[in-house]
Amino acid sequence: MFVLIVGAGRVGSAVAKSALAAGHEVSVLDADPLSHERLDAGQSESWEDAKGQFTVGTALETDALIQAGIERADVFIASTAGDNTNLVIAQIAQKRFGVQKAIVRVMDPARADWYGEQGLHTISPTKHAIEGFERALAPDGE
Amino acid sequence: MYAIIAGAGKVGRNLARELISKDHEVTLIESFRPRYLTLEEEFEHAVQYGDATELWVLERAGIQRADLVIAVTGDDEDNILVCQVAKEKYLCDRIIARVNNPRNHDHFRLLGIQPAVSATDLILRLIEHEVPRYGLVHLLALEEERLEIIELEVASDAPTLGMKVSDIELPEGSLIISVLRGGTGFVPKADTVIEAGDEVLLVLDQGLEEAITGFFAPNGHPASI
Repeated sequence: MFVLIVGAGRVGSAVAKSALAAGHEVSVLDADPLSHERLDAGQSESWEDAKGQFTVGTALETDALIQAGIERADVFIASTAGDNTNLVIAQIAQKRFGVQKAIVRVMDPARADWYGEQGLHTISPTKHAIEGFERALAPDGE
Repeated sequence: MYAIIAGAGKVGRNLARELISKDHEVTLIESFRPRYLTLEEEFEHAVQYGDATELWVLERAGIQRADLVIAVTGDDEDNILVCQVAKEKYLCDRIIARVNNPRNHDHFRLLGIQPAVSATDLILRLIEHEVPRYGLVHLLALEEERLEIIELEVASDAPTLGMKVSDIELPEGSLIISVLRGGTGFVPKADTVIEAGDEVLLVLDQGLEEAITGFFAPNGHPASI
């Protein structure tokens, strides 16, 4: 599978590394050239030596998306710091480039729910945190 | 009419002022607290603090009953989000979005966010109007009278080439007033034949330039090419 990940923060870079280790072809796009360091951190060989791809550019630039290989991506992961950026680029991936699967990180649970109903695969870390706290607060056995 | 305006920068707040002065109901939404506090003195209850891309903020502003949602923040993704949610979740009839970076215009179109207004595109269109295609020159615009006088160089592929002035059926509201040929101008008679390279002066109603250009310089280039 070819996986394109936009946004190499904590989440994006970790998912990129595990996807590469799982044998997928992985391309990462980030506006900050220094974010590349997160891809190398803790690895025995560099991201490129491990056959990972890295492109510097912003996600709304069509040229950058094409350079990062969006035209042949099977999965698109939007994990930049901005909810709205993620929601917009995931829809561009689906509607303009016909990417089959678009997975979007959305901090705001309300937007994650609504866009989930509209056909995007949304993941809301906030929702997971709330649920985790609620579980931790609940008395044992309830 | 009830309008919600996301983003209270120069565009948003001046739109709000205009709409309020025309007796429309307006809610401005601003997420930058210092700006909100300043604007609250002027707009009072008509400005609300919050991020207009949050659904509860839009609901608090009464998006369910809004007739018009205008997204004019400085961020294109935010403007797309506000309009998309207004249109598709809250079924608002009318949306207007601002495009900050003209290269994002395609994204607005792709996601059905129309109309999307870009100041850069508007100014470009004005420049194109002021500096039209080669071959057409605006000599005089009588704004009040809604008339203008233009000059066109007759192209070698003009449909009017070799025609007598009396045989040329120009649209209503236009008239050939002079022909410049070989450096001298004359007022054409009914049997004057149009030649390539002639410069034709016409008086016309505003808005006819494009139609008239087709008669003398259909591809916008002069006879000499």
